Amino acid sequence: MENIFSIETVSLTAGYTKKEIVKELSISVSPGEIVTLIGPNGSGKSTVLKTIASQLSPLSGTVLIDGKPGREMNEKETAKKMSVLLTKKAEPELITCGEVVESGRYPYTGRLGFLSRDDRRISEEAMALTGISYLKDTDFECISDGQRQLVMIARAVCQEPEIMILDEPTSFLDVSHKLELLWILEKLANEKNISVIMSLHEVELAQKVSDRIICIKNGKADRTGTPEEVFSDNYISRLYGIRYGYYNEENGSAELSASGTAPEIFVIGGGGSAVNVYRKLRRRNIPFAAGIIHTNDREYFTACSLASEVISEKAFEPVSDESVDKAIEVMKKCKGYICCLKDLGTMNIKTGRIIEYAKNNLKNMQSL
Amino acid sequence: MKNTRYKRYTAGFALLFILLIAALYANLVFGSVNLTAGKIFGVLSGNPSDATTSNIILGIRLPRLLSAAILGGALSVSGFLLQNFFSNPIAGPFVLGISSGAKLVVALVMIFFLGRGIVLGSATLIFAAFTGSLLSMGFILLVSGRVRKMSVLIISGVMTGYICSAVTDIVIAFADDSDIVNLHNWSTGTFSGTSWSDVKTAAIVTGTSLIASFMLSKPMSAYQFGESYAENSGVNIKRFRIALILLSSILSACVTAFAGPVSFVGIAVPHLTKSLFKTAKPIVIIPASFIGGAVFCLVSDLIARTLFAPRELSISSVTAVFGAPVVIFIMLKRESRKFRR
Repeated sequence: MENIFSIETVSLTAGYTKKEIVKELSISVSPGEIVTLIGPNGSGKSTVLKTIASQLSPLSGTVLIDGKPGREMNEKETAKKMSVLLTKKAEPELITCGEVVESGRYPYTGRLGFLSRDDRRISEEAMALTGISYLKDTDFECISDGQRQLVMIARAVCQEPEIMILDEPTSFLDVSHKLELLWILEKLANEKNISVIMSLHEVELAQKVSDRIICIKNGKADRTGTPEEVFSDNYISRLYGIRYGYYNEENGSAELSASGTAPEIFVIGGGGSAVNVYRKLRRRNIPFAAGIIHTNDREYFTACSLASEVISEKAFEPVSDESVDKAIEVMKKCKGYICCLKDLGTMNIKTGRIIEYAKNNLKNMQSL
Repeated sequence: MKNTRYKRYTAGFALLFILLIAALYANLVFGSVNLTAGKIFGVLSGNPSDATTSNIILGIRLPRLLSAAILGGALSVSGFLLQNFFSNPIAGPFVLGISSGAKLVVALVMIFFLGRGIVLGSATLIFAAFTGSLLSMGFILLVSGRVRKMSVLIISGVMTGYICSAVTDIVIAFADDSDIVNLHNWSTGTFSGTSWSDVKTAAIVTGTSLIASFMLSKPMSAYQFGESYAENSGVNIKRFRIALILLSSILSACVTAFAGPVSFVGIAVPHLTKSLFKTAKPIVIIPASFIGGAVFCLVSDLIARTLFAPRELSISSVTAVFGAPVVIFIMLKRESRKFRR
């Protein structure tokens, strides 16, 4: 059987009458799949989503919804197939959250919009699924941004779509609401087999929640693939053109860049003990060297991002005499040292030698 | 909860009906000659006690109060439609200059034909007013398409209103003496001198538009979430917007053609009904604000003609006195609720 995608774009060019924003885009989303668009501000993620949602006509190419050209569907048909969540806040007045959710039944109700018993049941279920049943009788204007976003998700679910299109659903939300929202989207994809296509600013969340990621840059899909394929060889830093910091693709953390001049202080760290010292020194703009850090140490990335020089040791190998000599060489140029290690273990027992050297030759800057 | 909501709707409509009946009755009783209930019922049931009373009721008061009720309702619904369209709580036919545009075209048409000794039918007047409304509306749409800011929209509407009123005044100044009295009265707004045929035309035009608006209440409720969400719900936005513009223009044009520009009803009444019913659902608010508008204009007209009798006030000066503070009060309340979040 031929595989039918929920959404497929065929060499789609999206934009406005006079301006092509994203060119020749070919995306396909299968039922139950979560696909995320990432990319710098203004790269055209929203334009693509609007075009897929039939709110903008494609400049060229087609959007297929369940294998059928979106252009040939009328508003009602489209509404039953997909629901959207937009960045622009909806501000209806004097309406309870329950009524907001019920308004998702619009494509299914009659001429005057009266709800049937089924409609009510479906909206109750949508509220239960998104965990907002307790807000049912609360005024929509009197809840927090995070709650409002969940209510709008419930409304979108209530529309019983096969496809959900979400434009930056996590913006303005605190970390707990962000995670809750993505957790709900995963649940929808898994339990209801809904295809989710969205844009996210938080690359680290995109990495965790997406089945596939599409990176939009310079008006085209710059890279497409699974999170593992996209988050490799420092691609994210290039995608966003990061200039004032570093992005660690493995653990999704970002560090601001350091001055990078000759080190003044030597930090003896390891095992994550020195992370806060590194960051403090960077904030005060004091260049430093760090050692001796195993390449699989959890502070290795931070050290590499922030220190002017890092003396490292291969993963799973004990600290060698060579590394110790190298560290002492670097120490000779420094004025002071900070030792963050309290104990030494089998693997870094030789680090003891550089601690000894530092104590005898450098000023202890622990108080800094 | 669902239950209390329906209870509130029922109670709200009951209250509005009681007020409507009271206002209708008061308008029959009070005036330069105060009548008794017995006399009124005598006339209405077909055996009048004397010809003068019959004349006062059937010839003057009844058509006047009916036109006040119908046109008041039309104005409120027109205001509610515009508020929905612009998602702006202080939009209304008067504030946006739509009434004034209608007034200008009607004045021009009147002077042109009266000067040639042709008396105009009410249909022509409505058509002229409708043209004027659409012209103002077109201008407002042009502005709102370019600048998406609430305040800009209102300011450009108010300015359009002033320009149209100024031109109307100039035109009236150059009109023949005989036309002036009538035109001047009309251009400040009044329900006096309404004939039965006017009432009939107003009732037909308003009734049709009211039903059409009511049938739009479903897409209107979707539109309250903003254009994109409405579109995603399955509303044909283009068709819906055109329908809304035409309906609100016809409604306010009908009012302007018969009573001249009447201020603030279009803003104040929808707001009051929304707070009374604690909802903004068009399916409730359209009929409710129609009745509310009828009550509001009946009471205002009663005050306009009895307060300083025999001198009559213009209807707009009364509706402004009651309407404007209501608008301010409700806006303040709304803001304070936003901050309480």
